[in-house]
Amino acid sequence: MSRFTKEMETRAYELLALYPEKRSATIPLCHLAQEQNGYLTEESMVQIADLVGTTPAEVLGAASFYDMLHTEPVGKYVVGVCTNIACLLQGGEELLGHAEEKLGIATGATTDDGMFTLEDMECIAHCDHAPALQVNYRFFGPLTNDGFDTLVDDLSAGKLESEVPPHGTLSRVQRKHPIAVPLEEIVRHRRDSDAKEGERLAAKAAAEAKEGSN
Amino acid sequence: MPLPPLKIVSARANDPKNVTLEGYLANGGYQGLKRAVLEMNPEDVRDQVMQASLLGRGGAGFEAGRKWSMLKKSDIRYLVINGDESEPATFKDHMLVESDPHQLVEGALIAGYAIGAARVFIFLRGEFALGFERVQNAINEAYDYGAIGRDIFGSKFSIDLVLHPGAGAYICGEETSLLESLEGKRGFPRIKPPYFPAVIGLYGKPTIVNNVETVANLPWIVKNGASSFTDLGAGRSRGTRMFALSGQVNRPGTYELEMAKNTFRDIIFDPEFGGGLRPGRSLKAIIPGGVSAPWLGPDQLDVVLGQDEVAAVGSMLGSGSIIVMDDSTCMVKAAWRISKFFARESCGQCTPCREGGSWIEKVMNRIESGAGREEDLDLLMDLCDNIVPGVSWPPQQTTICVLGPSIPSSVAVSIKMFRDEYLTHIKEGGCPYD
Amino acid sequence: MTDSEKKLKLTVNGKEVESAPGEMLIAAAEKAGVLIPRFCYHPRLEPVGVCRMCLVEVKGPRGFTLQPACYIAVADGMEVVTDSDKAKKAQDGVLEFLLANHPLDCPVCDKGGECPLQDQTLTFGPSESRFVEEKRHFEKPIAISKLVYLDRERCIQCDRCTRFAADIAGEALIDFEGRGGELHIATFPDKPFASYFSGNTAQICPVGALTTTPYRFKARPWDLEQVESTCVSCAVGCQMVVQSSENEIVRYLGIDSEAVNQSWLCDKGRFGFESVSSAERIPSPYFNEASGMVETGWSQALDKIAKALKSAEPESVAVIGGSHMANEDIYTWVKLAKGVIGTDSVDAQLDDGLDPKIVALSDRATIQEATQAKLLILMAGDLREELPILFLRIRSAAKKAGLKILEISLSETSLSEEAEVSLRYFPGHAEELVNGLFGAEIDPQLFAGDLQAARALVSSVDPASVVVVGGRENLADSSLDPERAIAKLLDTLVGSKFLSGLRRGNVNGAIDLGMVPGFVPGRSQLQAGNEALRAKWKTLPRKAGRNSKEILESALKGEIKVLFLLGADLISDFSDSALAEKALSNIPMVVGIDTLTNRTTSHCSVVLPATAFAERHGSTTNIEGRVSTLGKKLVGFSLSRPEWMIAVELAAYMGEDLGFENLHDIWGEIQEVSQLHRGLSIAALGAPGAKEGIVVPLSASKVQISTRRVLDPIATPGITSVGVSGPPSSSAALPGEGDPVLSESTYSPQRSKLLELLAQNDRAKAGPEADNFALVVSKRLYDHGVEVMSAKHLSELVAPSKGRVSPKGWGQIGLNGSGLTRLQGNGASVELELVVDPSLLDGVVKVEFDGALGEVSKLFGVDNSTSRVKMEKV
Ligand SMILES: Cc1cc2nc3c(=O)[nH]c(=O)nc-3n(C[C@H](O)[C@H](O)[C@H](O)COP(=O)(O)O)c2cc1C
Ligand code: SF4
Ligand code: FES
Repeated sequence: MSRFTKEMETRAYELLALYPEKRSATIPLCHLAQEQNGYLTEESMVQIADLVGTTPAEVLGAASFYDMLHTEPVGKYVVGVCTNIACLLQGGEELLGHAEEKLGIATGATTDDGMFTLEDMECIAHCDHAPALQVNYRFFGPLTNDGFDTLVDDLSAGKLESEVPPHGTLSRVQRKHPIAVPLEEIVRHRRDSDAKEGERLAAKAAAEAKEGSN
Repeated sequence: MPLPPLKIVSARANDPKNVTLEGYLANGGYQGLKRAVLEMNPEDVRDQVMQASLLGRGGAGFEAGRKWSMLKKSDIRYLVINGDESEPATFKDHMLVESDPHQLVEGALIAGYAIGAARVFIFLRGEFALGFERVQNAINEAYDYGAIGRDIFGSKFSIDLVLHPGAGAYICGEETSLLESLEGKRGFPRIKPPYFPAVIGLYGKPTIVNNVETVANLPWIVKNGASSFTDLGAGRSRGTRMFALSGQVNRPGTYELEMAKNTFRDIIFDPEFGGGLRPGRSLKAIIPGGVSAPWLGPDQLDVVLGQDEVAAVGSMLGSGSIIVMDDSTCMVKAAWRISKFFARESCGQCTPCREGGSWIEKVMNRIESGAGREEDLDLLMDLCDNIVPGVSWPPQQTTICVLGPSIPSSVAVSIKMFRDEYLTHIKEGGCPYD
Repeated sequence: MTDSEKKLKLTVNGKEVESAPGEMLIAAAEKAGVLIPRFCYHPRLEPVGVCRMCLVEVKGPRGFTLQPACYIAVADGMEVVTDSDKAKKAQDGVLEFLLANHPLDCPVCDKGGECPLQDQTLTFGPSESRFVEEKRHFEKPIAISKLVYLDRERCIQCDRCTRFAADIAGEALIDFEGRGGELHIATFPDKPFASYFSGNTAQICPVGALTTTPYRFKARPWDLEQVESTCVSCAVGCQMVVQSSENEIVRYLGIDSEAVNQSWLCDKGRFGFESVSSAERIPSPYFNEASGMVETGWSQALDKIAKALKSAEPESVAVIGGSHMANEDIYTWVKLAKGVIGTDSVDAQLDDGLDPKIVALSDRATIQEATQAKLLILMAGDLREELPILFLRIRSAAKKAGLKILEISLSETSLSEEAEVSLRYFPGHAEELVNGLFGAEIDPQLFAGDLQAARALVSSVDPASVVVVGGRENLADSSLDPERAIAKLLDTLVGSKFLSGLRRGNVNGAIDLGMVPGFVPGRSQLQAGNEALRAKWKTLPRKAGRNSKEILESALKGEIKVLFLLGADLISDFSDSALAEKALSNIPMVVGIDTLTNRTTSHCSVVLPATAFAERHGSTTNIEGRVSTLGKKLVGFSLSRPEWMIAVELAAYMGEDLGFENLHDIWGEIQEVSQLHRGLSIAALGAPGAKEGIVVPLSASKVQISTRRVLDPIATPGITSVGVSGPPSSSAALPGEGDPVLSESTYSPQRSKLLELLAQNDRAKAGPEADNFALVVSKRLYDHGVEVMSAKHLSELVAPSKGRVSPKGWGQIGLNGSGLTRLQGNGASVELELVVDPSLLDGVVKVEFDGALGEVSKLFGVDNSTSRVKMEKV
């Protein structure tokens, strides 16, 4: 299933309501679609375009800009090995080479069983644990080759399910609160408080001027 | 002699309970916000920040107080917290959001109060999944606690805060690109003028963009007063700063140090911090301030870790990262990898960066893999010159944003510092370190 | 002094240059003769400054720095250097970067020879490439629509096409995909670039990345010849060049006319050129005999027609059509019909327009005035479907300049999104709604929309600053109701102006020149008499004539003996095709004068071949009353002749002399007899600065020919590259050069209250009925009409007509999922696909007119009251 399920649709509307302009929800909705389907299907992009008021070409145009958004199916676990400078210095490239061997696929590919996709990552901000990697954006490191094998085996055996949700789940914690105060009300309030601030600043300036002249 | 660390933003980082509201409150959390909204007017908070000389921690080092004062008058203005942290080898914000999410929320709310933001957005790098969960949880708790929403802490001040995920693009750390992304578009940096989001920002409204660490300082500043903050540090660099130390050192990690009081030598070699290099190794080069910055050599170890001090030697403190490279490292390879990063991360909208970046990467790759030609070095320097006229520092630019001008840094500086190594690659037809 | 009149001074390369605030440096420099190289900059698009080709040195607080000239607004005292070593190095650098990944396939590229990348490389660029790496690869050209090919390897990511699609056309169907070096243009999978405006992207693409299918591999720029002309595909009158190679038209390109099309064309106009060389062209005169069509000669044909005319009473002769003809043809035919034969039964409209009194007798607005009005009231069909470039102009004005729009329509249109308020009405109730707008009580069942807001909107503006665009939205209903509504608006809003929403090519010129019943040339009513006319015309009709519907109805009664069809394919195009078919078989002599065989030609007794667009000179008149020239680029096809010549010769066969030997003579007489056209000399029309046309009547304030916008060679590359090699673009019959002779016209509209001139509307005003849906039939850009069907590539775009109903209607018919529905009305039954349209009132079904298929027009009848249909699911 590719369009949002009823439940996901509810969440989609909650997300849309967080922004002064609907289009801002594009990326959160793309994440949501990935949470449901693992990747961005054409149908879901069409639906997102509809929800945020753009064209599907614009949703694709935005989504394709971002590394985390996949428009092709990916594995249940997307393993991204960092090879950027800090990890490179600590053997990131070698780890990626080993990962290719262990998983039996080239970088960028997905295992036949649909379990793993391997990616070559730019810095994942886990440099003090270099060489580091991420699985569905959950970070691991420093990793030896053996450590990598154990990780993959554990993932395959379903031992890390509580730690690493399937690809696409950005956050297991969801926002509980809708927007509490409508923007129009805030604007009215800010107008008032700006006016008061203006008065205070003017009074202060007047007092200072008086002091200065004394 | 390094000074003992004094911690502001990472003070609670090691307390695992701190990620919950309960833990955070037990650690004295939300006192700054309470004080701000209940006892101070917004302009008082802004004064404090102005006096604190709080330099932005996102890279450019622009004073937060001054930035706020440039905010154009408008009924609607926004605050956006930049948590995109993707600069290679920078991981301080990562640490801060994961270990002290409430501090971020509190700091963001104080800033929101000070500038009268209509809404606050925290733009968090998409890959920080754990951080996202923790900050989202902190936001949920903060709403329940009355720190966000209507009439916070009974102060008549109302504000909403939204956590927004990035989706994996380094350029979205650049503030205008971040705003585009937040508007649901490709992360194309906006062309200047207007020069600052403070004039035209999110949805065309005046907007302040501040880094995570910048606002994380606010609870402390409001609680302890600006003068306690300026008691620390020297010159323009006040308070403390998070440094992310990585590469070939014994103890990579994040270290919060008083500003302008320590040197590169201190942070790399002091046993409390980096703990020195691996046995038998010697230092070859340091990359300070993120990979956009020119490298420094071992002779510059005694440069002080302050904004102006590092700038004085032709580099920058930038995002506060320090990459250490010892003598086992191939400089061509290191420079190539950095050029590859920029080629991958260029947004692609303007020509010099899109085409120049990938061209340079291709030539660098060719040299590193042994297919280089001697004239490639001149070619590289000329390509650099076409992106940064004069290959100067701070860079002039031919591009829309400063990602482009960052491309030549490593290439040009490594050719200058390690020309021999390049020539060896070319003459031997391969990498001597492989 | 307004801001834009203020002058600033800056120096460019040491030379002082004047400019106005807000102008971009690149444009200011260009006026001073300094061409700064550029790719992404286009004068009609918002600047984005992405290509960085235009980097120049600008002095600022930190000395000279490199700045994009296309993105920097001029400032007083600004110092700019565009040719320093540093600026040159930066420009060279950018060019080299652009070429790095560009395939050097110029020899096989349609853009070769007119390519800004190629040209600027020659002018500014490096001699050889230092790029030895593997170039970027993409699958070679892919068709992103039936009309446009995309070659991603050639693309230089200038953002022109995407900006056009998103900002100008408002349909972001193409966008960038990917990032960095991978950034490329893309459409969404399975969602082609199906825009009415797609051809513009190919026109402005500065490389050969976007090319049009009909032009692919057709010609090389250096083999092209061109002439400037006016598009007559609809009545906006877009300025364009016609380019040909070896006596075949190969493409049209839009000219940057500030007043009209601002360089854009719609795809129907742009790609309509294929019909000129269609296999359906009529090569010679034909007689229709029992055995079929028999070729004949001009003299036999004309002789036969002349004989028939001589034996016919004036009132039994009628002329239908002519709205596609040049002004000179129209005048000649009007003179023949009204001034020689003496019949007033002449109608250029096919029952799909408005009462000519509204168009002729109201104060007229220009497009510019409409876009700058304080309030624009739309009471026309969907402008995107009917007058596409007017739609673009209005949309831009609403988006960028905050033009306020009040829309009064039967259903949502493409401008609804831009409208401040949209009011909907039940078919037949437009007049009541307008009365309601001015305060009357109205029956809420028959309307939708925020009437209060509309009232407030109307009363908030000075009536004299309102422009009403009036057209015909519904073919299945009498035109009287919308006519009265429009008249009421114009009468009540004293001082408001009218912009014609009539869509047929030169229908507005036809009205201006009296090719409608009740009128003579010069927007004058027949009974008003006209001294100048009497001097030139042998006679004047004794009786007011019939309109086209009445002509056909009279034919049923045997009252019509000779009928001329001037490019009028009645069976396809007349709204009641059944009536047309019956009437034609009841007329002894039907003369069809046309360029293409169509469904009606086989019903004609005599068929005469007319020359097509681009095969003849002349002038045409657009919705504003703007007269502009038609260019001739080809010799006439086979034995075809221009329509004016046919009229002159036919007169001669009747023993009459119309007095015309060429277009000069005709135009000269038009000026004499028509106060409306007085002062508009041929020399003025042909003057270089007047190429975008001149609005009639000339008035003191308008008697000025604007200086022409300089053609930016990189904005529309295909035009300048040819301009130099072809023959002089001014036409022979309308000599161009010389001092424009313009004098003020003496014309003043003879209007009092428009409403009083119209018939009373005493039809029963019915509302929604339980199982009888009120039928709305609307026009769309691509239908099965001859014009579209004879242009090969356009014909592939015609989709089956669809119908729309409100959600309630949808439920009523019991549709779910599929909408295949049978509509029954007027004794006919038609099956089509229905979709849900929440903007429709309950009880209404809206169907797209299908042109030559003639199915839809069977559904509504002769009496023209609100048509009703029954619907059932299939
Ligand atoms: C290419 C590029 C990447 C950047 N990445 C980040 C980033 O990841 N986080 C950040 O806070 N600032 C980043 N910046 C700096 C921001 O544009 C901006 O200056 C900063 O967020 C302002 O916050 P501050 O004033 O609190 O430092 C980046 C700038 C550039 C040009
Ligand atoms: S296809 Fe042409 S117009 Fe579009 S971005 Fe590429 S070069 Fe520019
Ligand atoms: S950046 Fe100015 S023309 Fe492209």
